[in-house]
Amino acid sequence: MIETERLTKRYGNLLAVDQLSFTVGQGEVLGFLGPNGAGKSTTMKMLAGFLSPTSGTARICGFDVEKDPVQAKRQIGYLPEGAPAYGEMTPRKFLEFIADIRDLRGQEKRRRLDQVIDTLHLEPVMEQPVDNLSKGYKRRVGLAQAIIHDPRVLILDEPTDGLDPNQKHEVRSLIRDMAADKIIIISTHILEEVHAVCHRAIIIARGRILADDTPEALEARSERHNAVTLRFAEAAPDDAVTALRALDGVASVGSGDDHSVTILPAGGGSLLPAVGRLALERGWQVAELQVEQGQLDTVFRQITTADAGEEART
Amino acid sequence: MRAIAIIFRREMAAYFATPVAYVFIVMFLVLSGAFTFYLGSFYERGQADLQPFFTFHPWLYLFLVPAISMRLWAEERKSGSIELLMTLPVTMLEAVLGKFLAAWCFCGIALALTFPIWLTVNYLGEPDNGVILAAYLGSLLMAGAFLAIGACISATTRNQVVAFILTVVVCFGFLLSGFPLVLDLFQGWAPQSLTDAIASLSFMTHFTTLMKGIVDLRAVVYFTLVIIFWLIANAVVLDLKKAS
Repeated sequence: MIETERLTKRYGNLLAVDQLSFTVGQGEVLGFLGPNGAGKSTTMKMLAGFLSPTSGTARICGFDVEKDPVQAKRQIGYLPEGAPAYGEMTPRKFLEFIADIRDLRGQEKRRRLDQVIDTLHLEPVMEQPVDNLSKGYKRRVGLAQAIIHDPRVLILDEPTDGLDPNQKHEVRSLIRDMAADKIIIISTHILEEVHAVCHRAIIIARGRILADDTPEALEARSERHNAVTLRFAEAAPDDAVTALRALDGVASVGSGDDHSVTILPAGGGSLLPAVGRLALERGWQVAELQVEQGQLDTVFRQITTADAGEEART
Repeated sequence: MRAIAIIFRREMAAYFATPVAYVFIVMFLVLSGAFTFYLGSFYERGQADLQPFFTFHPWLYLFLVPAISMRLWAEERKSGSIELLMTLPVTMLEAVLGKFLAAWCFCGIALALTFPIWLTVNYLGEPDNGVILAAYLGSLLMAGAFLAIGACISATTRNQVVAFILTVVVCFGFLLSGFPLVLDLFQGWAPQSLTDAIASLSFMTHFTTLMKGIVDLRAVVYFTLVIIFWLIANAVVLDLKKAS
């Protein structure tokens, strides 16, 4: 379990992380979302023991990161932002160094090395200096380093940054596969990633938690959640908008281009049955009928910019 | 202990994986040879000892050792690998010691490779090998002191050039603290006891005793304490950076 209590980091006058309190349990994949400079990386650096909190505490599986740093670090696999490594080393030497320092020995060490090399497809580059590797390979060497000791806690700062779509997909499945018996925290800008791997998302801006929920529940906060888009085969009938607006539970109706109208629900209720019935009654030629989930990025903008506005007024 | 050894091995390998090691060793050997024979008048003195060789070590170290120490932490900070090192399950002290010992051992290798001059002097005459051994010990200890200062300064910055220049300046101060150049800054306003204390910190004085073949325990203890002091300062600097 990871627990933080009023975790705070101040750089001079800048409050980077402001009394963050949260708990992550085993089997959970937590996504940190937030604009650049929101405090995601700073929080992760404090959890990993690279930075000391100005105040507040963080405990990794019961070990306080400040009072018992070595024990806490043993529990963690950490991928720092940008996946730094020792450039002059080959991935093999580098991973052996990490394995040694993580106290893996003999058979166990060889087995774990082979496993991460295989999982992250590092075999072709094992003997080239890390400095000469592509961004994608560097990132994968960083990931290999983080998981080599099969840690209980994984802290990954932008794990898929710089990877191509196939590699992204692979890393995401890797994270999903490891999720069951670990605690995983990832930070990301990519909102689809939250969908793909996270059970829970925390949105941070200016060091504070603005939302802490499942990705689905966050989407439900969108005004477009459960909105129905209806596309007519030909030009929309003249009375369509009026008729739709008259339905129960409809907040507003907007016409888009290519003969479509979008019906926004009041209070997030389902509109599909009512809209479908209406279309049938009127005999409309419907080409497409679609329910929207609401998009995470609209919610993200909604939440983070609303907060900025508030700040500006005070 | 184990962690120190692992970090030591990694650092050592890093020296030899890049041209750093070879450039350093070649420059050290070439310069120490040139100084001994041209500036030190090795042959003209007509004495079978290594005085002219060791006399120039403080000056060689003044520029060569900071070139080794400047990268110790500044490079890690620049490349970001410090974040990796500091989040591995090692204590600050283990990291500091592992790195320092590797750098010191590397200097030791360079120093050991000057053995042909020892062979030469033994071929030419009958030198007091005890004196030579004491001088080698003194030289190694002094290199360690320079390195410890450099390691600490390297931890304060991510810029290796800044680390190099600051280290040269601080080492120069320590080297000459028994000489008027430094003492004149204090004489006149500081109490005599302070001036004496500063004078007694001189690397040069302590190295000269050892070079003359006197294994003065005070000189050995002095260099050891300087190394310990600066390594602790190194760990403190890293701790402060962590909290800043």
